[in-house]
Amino acid sequence: MKLSALQQSYLGRRSNSFRSSGPLDSSSDGAFKSPAAVFWLVLHGLSCLISLLLGFRFSRLVFLLLSTSSTYTSPFHSPTELAKTLDIRSVIPADPVGNVPLPFPNKTATNSRVVVGRHGIRIRPWPHPNPVEVMKAHRIIERVQTEQRLQFGVKDPRKIIVVTPTYVRTFQSLHLTGVMHSLMLVPYDLVWIVVEAGGVSNETASLIAKSGLRTIHVGFSQRMPNSWDERHKLETKMRLRGLRIVREKILDGIVIFADDSNMHSMELFDEIQNVKWFGAVSVGILANSANIDETVVEKRGEEENPRMPVQGPACNVSNMLAGWHTFNTLPFAGKSAVYIDDRATVLPRKLEWSGFVLNSRLLWKDGDKPEWMKDIDTLDGDIKSPLDLVKDPSVVEPLGSCGRRVLLWWLRVEARADSKFPPR
Amino acid sequence: MRKWFWGFLFIAFGFVCSIAAERNPRTERISGSAGDVLEDDPVGRLKVYVYELPSKYNKKILQKDPRCLSHMFAAEIYMHRFLLSSPVRTLNPEEADWFYTPIYATCDLTPTGLPLPFKSPRMVRSAIQLISSSWPYWNRTEGADHFFVVPHDFGACFHYQEEKAIERGILPILQRATLVQTFGQRNHVCLNEGSITIPPYAPPQKMQARQIPLDTPRSIFVYFRGLFYDVNNDPEGGYYARGARAAVWENFKNNPLFDISTEHPTTYYEDMQRAIFCLCPLGWAPWSPRLVEAVVFGCIPVIIADDIVLPFADAIPWEEIGVFVAEEDVPKLDTILTSIPPEVILRKQRLLANPSMKRAMLFPQPALPGDAFHQILNGLARKLPHQKSIYLKPGEKILNWTAGPVGDLKPW
Repeated sequence: MKLSALQQSYLGRRSNSFRSSGPLDSSSDGAFKSPAAVFWLVLHGLSCLISLLLGFRFSRLVFLLLSTSSTYTSPFHSPTELAKTLDIRSVIPADPVGNVPLPFPNKTATNSRVVVGRHGIRIRPWPHPNPVEVMKAHRIIERVQTEQRLQFGVKDPRKIIVVTPTYVRTFQSLHLTGVMHSLMLVPYDLVWIVVEAGGVSNETASLIAKSGLRTIHVGFSQRMPNSWDERHKLETKMRLRGLRIVREKILDGIVIFADDSNMHSMELFDEIQNVKWFGAVSVGILANSANIDETVVEKRGEEENPRMPVQGPACNVSNMLAGWHTFNTLPFAGKSAVYIDDRATVLPRKLEWSGFVLNSRLLWKDGDKPEWMKDIDTLDGDIKSPLDLVKDPSVVEPLGSCGRRVLLWWLRVEARADSKFPPR
Repeated sequence: MRKWFWGFLFIAFGFVCSIAAERNPRTERISGSAGDVLEDDPVGRLKVYVYELPSKYNKKILQKDPRCLSHMFAAEIYMHRFLLSSPVRTLNPEEADWFYTPIYATCDLTPTGLPLPFKSPRMVRSAIQLISSSWPYWNRTEGADHFFVVPHDFGACFHYQEEKAIERGILPILQRATLVQTFGQRNHVCLNEGSITIPPYAPPQKMQARQIPLDTPRSIFVYFRGLFYDVNNDPEGGYYARGARAAVWENFKNNPLFDISTEHPTTYYEDMQRAIFCLCPLGWAPWSPRLVEAVVFGCIPVIIADDIVLPFADAIPWEEIGVFVAEEDVPKLDTILTSIPPEVILRKQRLLANPSMKRAMLFPQPALPGDAFHQILNGLARKLPHQKSIYLKPGEKILNWTAGPVGDLKPW
């Protein structure tokens, strides 16, 4: 057979390989000097030369054109790219060795129907993912992950109450959509309390409605002032307003402050389930701006890796709360942004509200709560930091393996107050 | 009368409690075709006599190349060590049910670590000649109550190439013995009826050291790392894995659900624990250590090897644990896997989470109850008692000692 003679000569040259496979060896006729053999040898030599010139195995193309009984694909840089798009059947090898008779009389020669030898590589006509199947696969993955969470995740997860102060401005939909998507992915029950400065507006309401979460949208009568200091004070008041709603509605769960410009990781929501009364997590601070002063750059250049400043609880050797890491404002003294339109760095406060979580029972009027919690009705805007809510800061529980894991990031990017870009 | 009433209530309560206890939501009991045999204790059910062979058959070979202790054929060495100190070992051969010959036939390695089987037939022959002349037990049954561990690619056919292995067939003098091997394919010359299939050796400490927390969500749908084309030994393609691995690559290289590549990542074990399905296609031989790794890491094995016989197939219900895909159905693999109902997938994961399942696939040192060593002994115990017909009458000979290729008859 044409096929076997040529294959033989190929195989003869491959004797160096460790596993020289030669299923077609058995169908050998030995060497014979007939004109046919010489002709094939000449043709073989010619194919080799042409392949040298062209750079691929030209003989494959010849085989494909000559052999009409079956087609197969060769996987790598072959000229038969066309063959790949055909629907392929398996090649019946020229001489299946599986049929070699066994020399043992006491074996009934039931040969395996699995044939040894060369097989075709089956490729379907459209080897690309089917979108319906991809969706099915994602549902399977979701189901498996839900099961995993049920078995190994938090037992008896509590509801999460998210308090977010916001107001209508250019970047509102950018920031709020980010927070919204994070909250939509949280696998626990959620209530989202959105406190809006300047009163309830349609833009915010329509944005929140897209989430499908349970939301409580409240307006705050004052408008957002222009200086950062005033803004922080107003936001504190707005958060207290949110806490008051928790008290009025007697919501039960874990209260977390999610500022709309922050970025939250999903592990944060798993970690805060561990809080008993009042906890703190580490917040990574991404305070950066285009105009960092040169002196600051030099100072940073002295360190090996300028590390991201982190705000949060600090623990001693026995994993008890020992102090606080706060943001160092000294390098920025006098150079920080005062008004919204300033092109200087926007700085966070000493301790950001978003790094603290509390059990909503601390806010209820009655019920058993620890005596170190101040009543929020007695405070009103006097609060400089979240630690003012408690009488004794040492009761705060450090979360996230004692503050070593950064679970959310603080960032404040705002457009100029007079920018006219539409909010959506 | 009252006593009976309370007694009945107590029994009913106990019954209900036992049913409730069985239904552990995390794992499920494995009941194979032979019953709940994974937890059987072989001690007391059989006795094994270990022949004392000169160290040129075992210790000296190991000394020459200590790599044999960590490659995937190391089961033969660890089995020997286990039997030497196991309670099933007996020093009195008259009361033994099974006889074990410690030959390390798979320990002649190339510089790259692959075993060469060319001297193994002569080594086995020479060992059996020694046993049959020094002890009367071989001649009594011509080896029918002896067992040998032959973990090489095609078992006792002693060749790595399938065509040559089929040509040679099982070594004639081992025809009556029980072979404990990793290779298993139905209707194949190299699998005798009554052979015990075992998993390949995988290092248990390495796998246990790389465990990740169980609540890490499984986010990879299908995972595979390994060769698709063996360019060194099969440059044309189509021979390696009967084209099945190449078909997997060509059909699914663009599919984001399939995390398949030829890379060798350092996080291989960790990635397997984050995957739902792990492909276990055939290579040059149908078995692979991927099956063991998939079972240990809780990833559902997708077995693509026609007619394969999986380890301990009579004790473990593999159809309920893994997914079997015929080689011709590989182009439809994504359809097959996504059409499995989620309840079935969760059930398979529960079966895999059963610790006795994981233990049965491993060869830990020192041996633990329920591990692969014990499953081998269980398998041997299930074959007892020996039939009377295996004992030959004096002077009767069945085996042909001169059968086989001429090269095998040379002394070792």
